[in-house]
Amino acid sequence: MQAFIDQWGSEFYDAIIETLQMVLISLFFAVIIGVILAILLVLTRPGQPLQNKFVYQSLNLLINVIRSIPFIILLFFMLPFTKLIVGVTIGVKGVIVPLVVNAAPYIARLIESSLLEVNQGVIEAYRAMGVKTHQIIWNVMLREARPAIVLALTIATISLIGATAMAGLVGAGGLGDLAYRFGHLRYETDVMYVTVIMLVIIVQGLQSLGNRLAERLKKD
Amino acid sequence: MIKLENVTKVFPSKKGKDVTALDDVSISVNKGEIHGVIGYSGAGKSTLIRCVNLLESPSKGKVWIDGTDLTKLSKEKLRQTRQKVGMIFQHFNLLRTASVYDNIAIPLKLLGVPKAEVKERVMKYLDIVDLSEKKDAYPSQLSGGQKQRVAIARALSQEPQVLLSDEATSALDPETTNSILELLLKINAELGITILLITHEMNVIQKICDYVYVIENGNLIEQGSTIELFTKPKQPTTKKFLNTISQRKLSDRLIDELNLEGKVIRLTFLGENTGQPLLSKVTQQFYVEPNILTANIIELKNGIVGNLVVHLIGSEHQVEHSLSFLKEQGVEVEELGVN
Repeated sequence: MQAFIDQWGSEFYDAIIETLQMVLISLFFAVIIGVILAILLVLTRPGQPLQNKFVYQSLNLLINVIRSIPFIILLFFMLPFTKLIVGVTIGVKGVIVPLVVNAAPYIARLIESSLLEVNQGVIEAYRAMGVKTHQIIWNVMLREARPAIVLALTIATISLIGATAMAGLVGAGGLGDLAYRFGHLRYETDVMYVTVIMLVIIVQGLQSLGNRLAERLKKD
Repeated sequence: MIKLENVTKVFPSKKGKDVTALDDVSISVNKGEIHGVIGYSGAGKSTLIRCVNLLESPSKGKVWIDGTDLTKLSKEKLRQTRQKVGMIFQHFNLLRTASVYDNIAIPLKLLGVPKAEVKERVMKYLDIVDLSEKKDAYPSQLSGGQKQRVAIARALSQEPQVLLSDEATSALDPETTNSILELLLKINAELGITILLITHEMNVIQKICDYVYVIENGNLIEQGSTIELFTKPKQPTTKKFLNTISQRKLSDRLIDELNLEGKVIRLTFLGENTGQPLLSKVTQQFYVEPNILTANIIELKNGIVGNLVVHLIGSEHQVEHSLSFLKEQGVEVEELGVN
């Protein structure tokens, strides 16, 4: 046990930090983009006050197109775009862009469905009171959808952790990469097992955290 | 205070069959009065009340509130005018994730009421709806009636001139319905707020309305003061609604059977005059025997209406005489079972 820690400790430490970096940074941008997309989708949907067929359908198409591309393909397909945005295509920095592009539409869909579940009657009540639309978005829609959004983001974060496993392909490191390079390519099965166990623990922890937070916000 | 002028609302449908939800409807609610719109589901009453604050914009016609034509206003002006119009709903429409206090305070803050005043207003109106001690509870911990009280406090806290009630008691049990109706009466009397409500329950009309509109298939088919409507209903639909609150209706078969000998008549009295003395007069003056089939008294907001269904037995001649005598005395006489 001690020998394992001595031998692999620093590798694991670095890998965890890299995974955390990738997940947190890309989550941050993906949530911003995802929330904006979700709000646009909900507001421009047919039957809504700001309905706009063109915007709604183009967004829908865009999201569906990106979501149909597997991450591993997106990663390479986007190389020129990544270079344009962050200047490099490798390392943690290089993988953030494709991770965001991968996660944002997914988050947009999840949040869209959370927002659609908000009681339309409450929104109508606030419109009847003369509250401004942007205030309704913040104080009614996003507020009431909070429990569902927290659960949605938990799901999104977990799938983002999965996606970071492929980041090794562009030299960004991370837990997935560690398991692949050492555990698979070098037959260090211990490393593979430990990585899997760590991932299981992280995912479990995140899910319970998300569940608990959502429950707290629910007030039912 | 509220005036709809020839309002028509057509919902276009893709199949080319447009649905006319409201057809040339005009109503006018005076300041300080409570007016009710009654109709079956699908009659267009929801569309009507939503046209008042332009949640639904009319296809044709004008909507006046306190002398302003809302259909002519810009979006921004409309938003400001809406603040003068409170609205309560069948399903309360409270924020699930906010406490009772916040449910009232949040809209006030959003509408720019100064912070110190927000607290004052929330407490004032929670007190009016009798829920001060529940201010930290969440909607899920409240009963239906309490939720409606919170919604009423939320509407009142904006100090509107007009309150629109969209089936506010339809999801409540009879006892809670009564307490909410009493609250609405109190609001109307003490704060002088004009109320327009829609309902499918005749007892709501009976207890609190000054004036009634009956709508069917998007048309306004009958209107009048509540007393007029209860004493002289004209349309079959209005009569059907009246039948829902009192034992007015006897089966057609029974009436036909009784009509073989004498006549079954309905006498409607206004005021505290129960009709008993009149009936005994009738028996004294004419050779008829009255047999009371049903009798009841309906307390309206502005008066009392007595209802008597009587089987008059006697010769045709005598029965006719007694009927004209009763009519002379100012009693509404309706012969039942005659088409």
